[in-house]
Amino acid sequence: METLLNVNNLVTSFRTAKEKIQAVRGVSFSVDKGETLCIVGESGCGKSITTLSIMGLLPDNGEISEGSITFQGQELTKKKEEEMRRHRGNDISMIFQEPMTALNPVFTVGYQIMEPLNLHTNLGKNEKRKRAVELLNQVGLSNPEKTLKKYPHELSGGMRQRVMIAISLACNPSLLIADEPTTALDVTIQAQILDLIDDLKEKMGMGVLMVTHDMGVVAEVADRVMVMYAGNVVETGTVKEVFENPSHPYTKGLLASVPNVDEEDHSLEAIPGTLPNLNEKIAGCRFHPRCPYAMDKCRKEDPPHFRITDQQQSKCWLHEEVPSHESTHKAYS
Amino acid sequence: MSLHTKPILEVDQVKKYFPIKSGFLKRTVANVQAVENVSVDVMEGETLGIVGESGCGKSTFGRTILGLESLTDGSIKFRGEEIGGLSDRQLKKYKKEMQMIFQDPYASLNPRRRIGDALEEAFIIHTNLRKTERKQRVKELLVEVGLKEEHAERYPHEFSGGQRQRIGIARAVSLNPSLIVCDEAVSALDVSVQAQIIQLLKELQQSHQLTYLFISHDLGVVKHISDRVLVMYLGATAELAPAGQLFSNPLHPYTQALLSAIPRPVVGRKKERIRLKGELPNASNYPSGCPFHTRCPLAHERCRQEKPVWREVEKGHFVACHEV
Repeated sequence: METLLNVNNLVTSFRTAKEKIQAVRGVSFSVDKGETLCIVGESGCGKSITTLSIMGLLPDNGEISEGSITFQGQELTKKKEEEMRRHRGNDISMIFQEPMTALNPVFTVGYQIMEPLNLHTNLGKNEKRKRAVELLNQVGLSNPEKTLKKYPHELSGGMRQRVMIAISLACNPSLLIADEPTTALDVTIQAQILDLIDDLKEKMGMGVLMVTHDMGVVAEVADRVMVMYAGNVVETGTVKEVFENPSHPYTKGLLASVPNVDEEDHSLEAIPGTLPNLNEKIAGCRFHPRCPYAMDKCRKEDPPHFRITDQQQSKCWLHEEVPSHESTHKAYS
Repeated sequence: MSLHTKPILEVDQVKKYFPIKSGFLKRTVANVQAVENVSVDVMEGETLGIVGESGCGKSTFGRTILGLESLTDGSIKFRGEEIGGLSDRQLKKYKKEMQMIFQDPYASLNPRRRIGDALEEAFIIHTNLRKTERKQRVKELLVEVGLKEEHAERYPHEFSGGQRQRIGIARAVSLNPSLIVCDEAVSALDVSVQAQIIQLLKELQQSHQLTYLFISHDLGVVKHISDRVLVMYLGATAELAPAGQLFSNPLHPYTQALLSAIPRPVVGRKKERIRLKGELPNASNYPSGCPFHTRCPLAHERCRQEKPVWREVEKGHFVACHEV
């Protein structure tokens, strides 16, 4: 498979009045053509900041302080704003969580769908219109001609999210980043949207990077999974490996705390404690204060990524005995 | 369970309409039929889960029971006494008995008041305790919900989401109520914290003999915590059954579709989904006949014209559908 996106040792930090805090602490991953990688984690784990770093959409006080992001062989972190703008909405595009805040309330849906076409293509007016209708058809909106003339407030949540997807697909992107695309939607609508993204991925051979906190969504759409905790990647693997044989205690805890509707008498196990603040100084592994398996070593030293199978890696000292590939990941501390 | 035999709350044919007013004279031109003929008995000590998509009237139903919304029609009895349509003053003695936990406790806490002062207020209004006794009760409450005594001196912004929800729970249980309406009480929390709060709610139910009305859109959570589950669609009741039975043998086509749409956290067990067409109709333009007929895969002529009757098909299993 052809690698589309390669992120290597990404560190993203924010300047605050007091200090510089790291939201993403050395994250590495890649997305291949035609595959879906899901980033899972709870709020504040750095999953959204990772996607914003890729898009070059960090807020003013944020910066990529280390690492590289290559997209189709080109380094993105070195690009100027002007050059990044040529990628955004063109070959990399993004779907945001809340379609109401991402859509502009004073422009019609049609205008907003044609905007990326205006910026990135030389199509004529009629051709753009045709393409917009085609896109709305593709995302399953009935009566696209009429929808083009509507304003976002005239649409329901599910329809708005479809419009967002239509906009992001306008220029046939090769990489689609979806940040919690269904979190604000009801389950029946969520199912429709997930099916839609999956269908389009198959048809167009896009790479999809999806951010979510819902393990159910991950199990349905992901090919590979990356679990993040407090700015670090704690586990990666194929979806089967991570769900059937989770190796990191945090992944295990996360899976045990999801209520299961199919099982009779399924007992919920919470992870004790709360997520640490970004600026909290924690010696050793950042998960150790909440970890049921924490050992002395965990309190002192930050674990590297240990390889468990071909695809699966875990950032946990419990897997130390397995031969590690420490050399490739030592740049972390 | 023998515990759940006496009804604490009897809800009969409850309706809640919000008028849409228009024109110079502000005449009512239409109604949003938020709650449409809901009848259900809630038993002492049970947890009744209420599920449905956004806009199905589940929150309005919860608020109507507590008297936070006026009743349009029908009757609500609490321990045999009619409480529907009472004035605020008449309701005061029941408010001690019925409390609510909200989705976002941060929005309901005054940012300039210490947690201790906010929790103390209920005791000032409803009890004759002296100041030192009140302070003592607040400290006990905080410990009971898993916080520390010294948290009483802190302000709301100093707490995380899970801790704030614990404060919301402390406030709700402070006067030893018998019924608590939990409106999306764990929906805003991360899963690891969500499981902690669910456990806390279960412990409190045991120690205080609480009855919960647990409103949520998350079917997994509802299944986990509820004894019985009520499915609502567009303000009306679609199905009511013991939790295990509802999830293993759903009868109403809407319940079936809803259950099949939940993403399962299990790989490779991708079930065939029942796809619903379209979205929830507007409640101000209420469909004739069965409210679900516009999206129902089984709909036929009768469904479009005739409203299905709410009937008991098995013991404790109620459903409103012509096809069952």
